[in-house]
Amino acid sequence: MANMKTMFDLNQIDSQGGRVDVVSNEQPRAAKNALEVRNLNFFYGAFQGLKNINLDIEEGKVTAFIGPSGCGKSTLLRTLNRMYDLYPGQRAEGEINFYGQNILEPGQDLNLLRSRIGMVFQKPTPFPMSIYENIAFGVRLYENLSRSEMDERVEWALNKAALWTEAKDKLNQSGLSLSGGQQQRLCIARGVAVKPSIILLDEPTSALDPISTGKIEELINELKHEYTIAIVTHNMQQAARVSDYTAYMYLGSLIEYGKTDEIFIKPKRKETEDYITGRFG
Amino acid sequence: MSQVANIDQAVFAKRKRTNKIGLILSVLAMGLGMIFLVWILSVLFIKGFSAINLNIFTESTPAPGTEGGGLANAIVGSLMLIVSCTLISTPVGVLAGLYLSEYGDRGRVAGVTRFVTDIMLSAPSIVIGLFVYALVVAQNKHFSGWAGTIALALIAIPVVVRTTENMLRLVPGSLREAAYALGAPKWKVAFMITLRAAQSGIMTGILLALARVSGETAPLLFTALNNQFFSTNMNAPMANLPVTIFQFAMSPYDNWVSLAWGASLLITFAVLGLNILARVVFREKVQG
Repeated sequence: MANMKTMFDLNQIDSQGGRVDVVSNEQPRAAKNALEVRNLNFFYGAFQGLKNINLDIEEGKVTAFIGPSGCGKSTLLRTLNRMYDLYPGQRAEGEINFYGQNILEPGQDLNLLRSRIGMVFQKPTPFPMSIYENIAFGVRLYENLSRSEMDERVEWALNKAALWTEAKDKLNQSGLSLSGGQQQRLCIARGVAVKPSIILLDEPTSALDPISTGKIEELINELKHEYTIAIVTHNMQQAARVSDYTAYMYLGSLIEYGKTDEIFIKPKRKETEDYITGRFG
Repeated sequence: MSQVANIDQAVFAKRKRTNKIGLILSVLAMGLGMIFLVWILSVLFIKGFSAINLNIFTESTPAPGTEGGGLANAIVGSLMLIVSCTLISTPVGVLAGLYLSEYGDRGRVAGVTRFVTDIMLSAPSIVIGLFVYALVVAQNKHFSGWAGTIALALIAIPVVVRTTENMLRLVPGSLREAAYALGAPKWKVAFMITLRAAQSGIMTGILLALARVSGETAPLLFTALNNQFFSTNMNAPMANLPVTIFQFAMSPYDNWVSLAWGASLLITFAVLGLNILARVVFREKVQG
């Protein structure tokens, strides 16, 4: 009974978080875009990394970016939360509308933006602190929770990342004491804990073994019910397994974008077909 | 050898000969270095241990011509100087290193700071002593523990600045990005993530800086000078081990010379202890 109660409360937190509307409606809703990218060009100094990208990322779906190394898929992902802004000489032109708000306009609060559009990186990056603190760090940035509320949030986030059963007895141990796959799930838990509306995953499994990869992929399937997810992967089977939409990129351009099934079964463009059948790349 | 048909025996023999000569030369050089090191340490241990007894820790330095005496005032004075030097140089050095690594980066101010720090690193310590003498001692018209602290801190700060900067640069950029990706502002990333990730390396740097200053004599000659009596007043001249060694070793009194050896042994052990501690701290970091 106690468990039931907790679960109920956690669900409450979910919907109170209210940033993503996941209540299962009887009628199918019209597709709503979380992000709309319009005429996006990106420059590393003089080098143009992205060329006139146009694409919509649908709310509550998984969108995968595939393509050979250096095609700009990670660059595109890093424009979506303006991570590139940390480095001088990198700039983006065009529009990225996040629920109607163009995030490329000057005067954006980037810290706030990044708390709404979270990101998980290729290599696990646990902070040098306890597992508990790893999660509490991000939450404390924007919320003032009591100790017990924070305990609940940490448990909730670790549950979301399927790490609670493994980590509940060592919350005070260093995040670095976990295995690589667990560390990556801790990073996902950390990103989920701040309740963003979009989660960007930059090759989240490329440093992990197949079992950990499988767990992360299961996790993505769970998370997409509540979050909009964009994932960069160089593993095409992964894109086919986890995503609803797939974008194939090459040399900074978006070659083809559409439903994953269509891209993998009957791509419209010859280049896409060559890449996904392994004839190129 | 016969399996390899195209080998030129002369070339092969010459290479083996060169190899042997190189090995012999480097072993000789290593031996020469070790001989002097062992010699110094054995003389220090023999003369130092015979000087060490309980009185060293309980009695102050003796007046000229009197028997016995100890080093209590010099030990306490040295500890006070080192501790106050740490309290000054750690925050200044770590914050400056943080600025260089996280904020200044390639800017002009950072470039100048780095250049000046490098000069300070290799500045003769007697010059720093003279500087503090002119600035503090000459103004106040008396030697003081604070003047000694300032001189030691000026020597320690550049060491702490550079190790802090280097250690912060070793922190992978992905860790900073991960913190930014949660919406953390820059100062929180710098203080709560980057600094914490580098903390054991920075600790090591601070300990090595302390090991360096704990044996410094020249800057103290002009500043803290020495004090024959037990005193914890930082505004007055302060006894300390290095200057005591300097004065006592050249004195005509046997008990003074013996105390100088004892003091030398104490300093050596203190520096050794700091170095071992630094290694332990750093090893813990590497093992994660």
